[in-house]
Amino acid sequence: MDVSRRIVLHFPPRVTGQPVVYRLAKDFDLSFNIIKASVSPGEEGLLVMELSGDQENYDKGMQYLTETGVKIQSLSQDVVRDEAQCTHCGACITICPSGAFSLEPKTRKVLFDHSKCVVCGLCVKACPPRAMRLYF
Amino acid sequence: MSKTIAEINEKIKRGKAVVLTAVEVIDLAKEKGISKAAEEIDVVTTGTFSPMCSSGVFLNIGHSKPRIKLGGGEVYLNDVPVYTGLAAVDIFLGATAIPEDDPRNRFYPGEFNYGGGHVIEELVAGKDVKLVATAYGTDCYPRKKLETWINLKDINNAILFNVRNASQNYEVGVNLSDRMLYTYMGVLKPNLGNANYCTSGELSPLLNDPYYKTIGIGTRVFFGGGVGYVAWHGTQHNPDVSRTANGVPKEPAGALSLIGDLKQMKPEWLVGTSMLGYGCTLTVGIGVPIPILSEELLRYTMVSDAEIFAPIIDYSEAYPQGKPDILGEVSYAELKSGHIEVQGKDVPTSSLSSYPKAVEIANILKDWIKKGEFLLTEPVAPLPGAESGITLKPLKERPITE
Repeated sequence: MDVSRRIVLHFPPRVTGQPVVYRLAKDFDLSFNIIKASVSPGEEGLLVMELSGDQENYDKGMQYLTETGVKIQSLSQDVVRDEAQCTHCGACITICPSGAFSLEPKTRKVLFDHSKCVVCGLCVKACPPRAMRLYF
Repeated sequence: MSKTIAEINEKIKRGKAVVLTAVEVIDLAKEKGISKAAEEIDVVTTGTFSPMCSSGVFLNIGHSKPRIKLGGGEVYLNDVPVYTGLAAVDIFLGATAIPEDDPRNRFYPGEFNYGGGHVIEELVAGKDVKLVATAYGTDCYPRKKLETWINLKDINNAILFNVRNASQNYEVGVNLSDRMLYTYMGVLKPNLGNANYCTSGELSPLLNDPYYKTIGIGTRVFFGGGVGYVAWHGTQHNPDVSRTANGVPKEPAGALSLIGDLKQMKPEWLVGTSMLGYGCTLTVGIGVPIPILSEELLRYTMVSDAEIFAPIIDYSEAYPQGKPDILGEVSYAELKSGHIEVQGKDVPTSSLSSYPKAVEIANILKDWIKKGEFLLTEPVAPLPGAESGITLKPLKERPITE
């Protein structure tokens, strides 16, 4: 069975020099989408990513991370669009720093690519009909 | 070739009218040739769905027992203050009104999550709205306090009367400063970080009838999901502006004042809106039918985004200080491409006006007409054109020295 989860990883300074994400992909066949990253050698690092793959491999990957000393949290915040409230004006498009909004070329409807969202929340208050919601 | 509105209405009643949206007409009329197309096409429908601040509703809530004179008193609907300077139980709720305890911009930028526009949306949605009133009491209206739920279906009248809607063209907002700006044109990022525009372009009502040859006082329109009428020219109606060869104004020009019964409108087309750091407003859906009485009128409706230009204005200096400077002109085709060039810089664009909703409105109006449910009206009087001498005047300030 396949799973896909959005997680927050905290790296202690000694781990930031290791190719952890490469190992997740290579050894456990997990595909990753990095949402947010702040990793500097010698300092505590932070990585927010969506990780998907086979449930068994996912569990093994998590075990590997724990053994390496990485602290794992599930992503506790999420930005969701209230589809009924969205008027498709497009005010969000240039506000989003990660390009999560785009226009469907033919209809000019606003598409929201959840996987590109870095949960910064800028769109929430900039949306005129308040269709974007930040969940904790 | 010439047709009359009466002839078109006969075809509408028989279910034979040929109706196209202002987008569909562009290619079809080119394909068929103007003269043939003008004979065949009866009506072109337009649409727009944008924040429109000069919107509001007159309500008559009915008389309580004992009676209360709200006129001259204080009234709140869901904590939003309404205007009471009218007869005993007539009140006016404006789209931009906000509760007295709203922090405004004290915590900058203010969020403006709830205001008059939101109350209007809730009324139309059939929700109960809390009315709290205090009055001074008279011999004939003795009551001084009133707290009650009201509902749109129970009150006598609810007249949506918007004194300025459906602007004919609009500015493109940018920010030349180094800080974020929170404006009625949306959030404008520093150093030309984005450019915001706000009309539906080739679908916009007054851009398809640039000289107001068919749209006049009394024109029946799609208004907030129901039927409304053009009541007057809108405030700040400014017909005498520079125009392209096809008559389309290159800056904000005409506007419509619209009226209609709120009770037959729909919340989907009257949406309470919050502009970060600016205030509350109402996003209004409007669609105007244009009868194709001649080839000339057909040509106007064939206007495309590439032929409509808007001025680019800096909202850090030129707009707030009332300076006439513009940073250039761009076509709606460029704006809708997602990027424009301003001062040599590639600037991403966003719209505050919903194009998909404008298309939907034009299609709904088209369906109403095709089904024979919506007949066209002959204007009672035309909207003032450039010859009227009407101009947009700034405030002439005169210091009060006493």
